[in-house]
Amino acid sequence: MTSTTATVAVILVLAAGTYAFRLVGPALHGRVALPARVQELLAAGAVVLLVALLATGALTEGGGFAGWARPAGVLVGGVLAWRGAPFPVVVLAAAGSAALLRAMGVA
Amino acid sequence: MMAPLVRDSALVWLASGVVGVSFGAIAVAGGLPLWVPVAMSLVVYAGSAQFSAVGLLLAGGGPLAAAATGLILNTRTAAFSLAVADVLGPGRLARLAGAHLVTDETVAFTLAQPDPARRRAAFWVNGLGLFAAWNTGVLAGALAGTALGDTATYGLDAAFPAVLVALVLPALRTDRSVRRSALLGAALALAVTPAVPAGVPVLLALAGLVVHGRKGGAA
Repeated sequence: MTSTTATVAVILVLAAGTYAFRLVGPALHGRVALPARVQELLAAGAVVLLVALLATGALTEGGGFAGWARPAGVLVGGVLAWRGAPFPVVVLAAAGSAALLRAMGVA
Repeated sequence: MMAPLVRDSALVWLASGVVGVSFGAIAVAGGLPLWVPVAMSLVVYAGSAQFSAVGLLLAGGGPLAAAATGLILNTRTAAFSLAVADVLGPGRLARLAGAHLVTDETVAFTLAQPDPARRRAAFWVNGLGLFAAWNTGVLAGALAGTALGDTATYGLDAAFPAVLVALVLPALRTDRSVRRSALLGAALALAVTPAVPAGVPVLLALAGLVVHGRKGGAA
């Protein structure tokens, strides 16, 4: 087991580093005039990151395939969202489908 | 304006709270003292980085690897903080406090709103509620320890990607150039996932921006 000092150090380094990353936007805002093209890429970049997060989150676990139940649940949610279903319906249907598939023995 | 924001945020909070419970339970069941997951959740406040750091600490991966993996996972928050910088508000305190609330879910929820006033309200409502829900969940999980069982039984692992799908869908539908970049980025991220450390695939997805055309251009 890692010592208490080392554990505290991990928490503090992780907290300080993460906060520094999070401060990049607010610190630069209003001081640096970003060209329109850069702002456009930043907005697109946020969507690109979120889509990559949801794709890897839906399909992979620990570097391998996450099994069928999870992506199937996400797909159900995605189809409902595409058809304009309300947000709570999308989320509950995704979790419910994955849970149901697992209860039926699908990994 | 507030009621729909709270209603739509509520499920994000609930799901996060339950994932927080599982984080607290995993950390304590693995042998860490109660204050570790609780303190980490308050000051780091980033789910995926916390899971990987605690996982590495429990597996004996060493403090250096635990901190480094968590930091790599969180580099994306720099890009997210740039994307929401204009909605935090003008005051120094608002910017310093708001920065800590920048998470995947809150940024996605904020950017999904149609106008600046709603985006600002969405950021603070969703962000403050998520902070409360996550930390309450972690504390409850740490107190409950192993009594909870596997949260995968409830399909919660499918809820989070679905939250993101619902939130990015409007942007993907309306903007062809963003859609192409996002699909290319996601394909890249999935392709490299088996080969590179956690956190890196999502960063590599930004390479998808090479196909992002100029607005009004021949996208």
